[in-house]
Amino acid sequence: MREISMERVEQIRQDIYGTITSLTMTHEQKLTAMCNHADSLMEVLDLPEGLDELLNVPIEKKCICDLNEGHAPMRPRYIVPDYGKLMRDGCEFLKLDPPKDLQEALNALLIFYKHVPSVTNYPVFIGNLDQLIEPFLEGVDDETAFKAIRLFMMHIDRTIVDSFCHADIGPKPTRAGLLIMKAEAELEDATPNLTMRYDPEITSDEFALAGVDCALHSAKPSFANHKMFSSELGENYAIASCYNGLLIGGGSYTLCRLILNHIADRADSIEQFKKETLPYVLDIMARYMDARIKFMVEESNFFEYSFLVKEGFISKERFSAMYGLVGLAECVNTLFEKEGKEGRFGHNEEANQLGVEIMDIIEAFNNAHENPYCLGTGKRFLLHAQVGLAEDICTSPGTRIPIGEEPKELIDHLRVLEKFHKYFPSGTGDIFPIDITVHNNPEYVLDIVKGSFKEGIRYLSFYRGDSDVIRVTGYLVKRSEMEKLDRGEAVLQNTTGLGLGSAKYGKILERKVR
Amino acid sequence: MAVEALVNKIIPFSSVDGPGNRTAVFLQGCNFDCRYCHNPETIHLCVSCGLCVEKCPTGALSWTDEPEDLREVRHRDGEERERGRLRPGYVRYDAAKCVLCDACIGNCPHGSSPRITHMTAEAVMKQVRRQMPYIRGITVSGGECTRQRDFLVGLFTLARAEGLDCLLDSNGTLDFSKDPELLAVTDGVMLDIKAFDAADHRLVTGHDNAMVLQNARYLASLGKLPEIRTVIVPGLFDGEESVRRTAGFLAPYLKAGAIRYKLIRYRPMGVRAQYAAHPTPDLAFMERLKRMVCEMGFTAVIA
Repeated sequence: MREISMERVEQIRQDIYGTITSLTMTHEQKLTAMCNHADSLMEVLDLPEGLDELLNVPIEKKCICDLNEGHAPMRPRYIVPDYGKLMRDGCEFLKLDPPKDLQEALNALLIFYKHVPSVTNYPVFIGNLDQLIEPFLEGVDDETAFKAIRLFMMHIDRTIVDSFCHADIGPKPTRAGLLIMKAEAELEDATPNLTMRYDPEITSDEFALAGVDCALHSAKPSFANHKMFSSELGENYAIASCYNGLLIGGGSYTLCRLILNHIADRADSIEQFKKETLPYVLDIMARYMDARIKFMVEESNFFEYSFLVKEGFISKERFSAMYGLVGLAECVNTLFEKEGKEGRFGHNEEANQLGVEIMDIIEAFNNAHENPYCLGTGKRFLLHAQVGLAEDICTSPGTRIPIGEEPKELIDHLRVLEKFHKYFPSGTGDIFPIDITVHNNPEYVLDIVKGSFKEGIRYLSFYRGDSDVIRVTGYLVKRSEMEKLDRGEAVLQNTTGLGLGSAKYGKILERKVR
Repeated sequence: MAVEALVNKIIPFSSVDGPGNRTAVFLQGCNFDCRYCHNPETIHLCVSCGLCVEKCPTGALSWTDEPEDLREVRHRDGEERERGRLRPGYVRYDAAKCVLCDACIGNCPHGSSPRITHMTAEAVMKQVRRQMPYIRGITVSGGECTRQRDFLVGLFTLARAEGLDCLLDSNGTLDFSKDPELLAVTDGVMLDIKAFDAADHRLVTGHDNAMVLQNARYLASLGKLPEIRTVIVPGLFDGEESVRRTAGFLAPYLKAGAIRYKLIRYRPMGVRAQYAAHPTPDLAFMERLKRMVCEMGFTAVIA
């Protein structure tokens, strides 16, 4: 452990005081913040040379960002338990027998969720929910099942107060899935996030259209290209947190992100960016992630003490890490401006092509970098198009076209996505607010999903243009709750604050309605 | 030479021109003159009077001497308009310079638009292909698209060969029973039934509806009538009576194929000022109409 200065200690004391006296945080939010303050006193990681000037600088210069994971990570960022095991074997540590009926199953899940840590201290994955519940619906009538599932979903929203919590349904149509969507359409809650794993050969149109209908009420589910994800991660994968493809029974140790536009600011030319500036930062970020993972696995003792590991709900063999990036659009535009070239990302073929070349460089680097503990994915990190932070300014999530610059026609927008979604097995996604007239024609949305997945698009989200629940970047918030927070009132969900930041800086309320 | 159509516009993704996602092609020219027409600039053909050239703020409209730019459509009817031309020549439209401000349409004394492109079926198909595989089909609308039926046969033949479903959006004045060639390549016709009563129909459109109803029955019996539409305009005609009689007229044919009844609320947007005084029907009334036709076996939507 390295020493830190008294000035820094004093600054953190000030921050702690600010948290204690805050008027807009709930008690739980204060506890989480206090944890982070404590962690920020630590200096235990074996950091690569050169990291400091890329990481610990004001946001407008930052090239690498560790997304507030802290200085001494005491658990993996994202944990994806094998809930199927809970259903089969119960849990010794939590004194839960294998559930025998619907009530016992839902109760076991709700108890288990309280004990799944993550970077947010709330579970970021709560199961392939319809598959978990379906066997217990045998002999239960619709009314009884619906009431139980509706209360279960409501319980999740009110107690897991962070909408990075994610449930999956599909690809096989299930009665449980239909009931979950019916409940979610009715509740219009932000949590949990929901993804339908969709494969036109497995998922029926009826099931998928129920998903579209639900999405037009509650901004969920999103649609994940099941063929694509399962070909990369195997059948036993989950969509967790925002839209992160991870292995069930494992998760992701860490997620750091490249802020590509700020890296471009350091280069004089496209050539220099590709040959020197970018590769230099790629290497430092990879070694920073290596250092974080090494501490977590070798020193933190997480894998020694956690009941999740001891009982086999997760194992090191199923873990990976996410090598993230943001700001590809602004990176390309910056480089074009530096060379006096006309055209912008998303509109100009040459600009899009530069985006592809940059992604090819990042992918080739990642394929060559070995991390000994990413055993779930062949000792490689998984690329991730990160959805941004509330404080990001002039930096678009992942490879998205900036809001306000979307191509006039949706088809031209989709043709750009086709080039970029393939790079990101651990997640990327695009979001489209949809005009209300589509209520008469949900097949319109499904046709777009079907076409997209044929063309190599990975993940799409839709919401109604005038919906209360909206998708911010990857997670969901209620407009009405943002307005409350903006008036200075405390709100239940942690993510509402992030959404408010994105509404102010990320222009998320100004997306082009399709 | 391949038949060219006068294309008003092509909407790459449409959610309101039939089931699913479709590319919608709008052709210029209509033989009806509906009072509440929401796109009155699609009714008449441009006569190159040139008044709009001066009004265009971006220079998207200009004069040309090239007659190729205004080839006559072969199947428009003989009615020729007096050409009050400012000078000899033709109006040329440059889409790249256009900002869609509608100054040309607003200043057109002929109820037309100069923003028309002459396109062959293959040229339209080329634009449709850009949307594949995101669309399930195409819909040709207007104007009244059947006035350019040779083009329709050409386009639909190409589109079906590529697995696209082909729908027409028509006012029902072409006798479909006498055009098996067109019907053979058409998956369905979405038919406007502006009013059931002949006198009401004449009031709304300026034309009789005997052929419209004959077509409705004929298409319904073949299972090629996926949708009918009626615009409900309070004060212009009895919408409830018209919808009831229309539904009763077609109900016997529902066994040949489902028919969706689209009940459209009149809105004054785009309507010519002299006809724009009608109120928009309230939703409770629309819901009542919807319940009524649903009870008669139709699926119904309010738009």
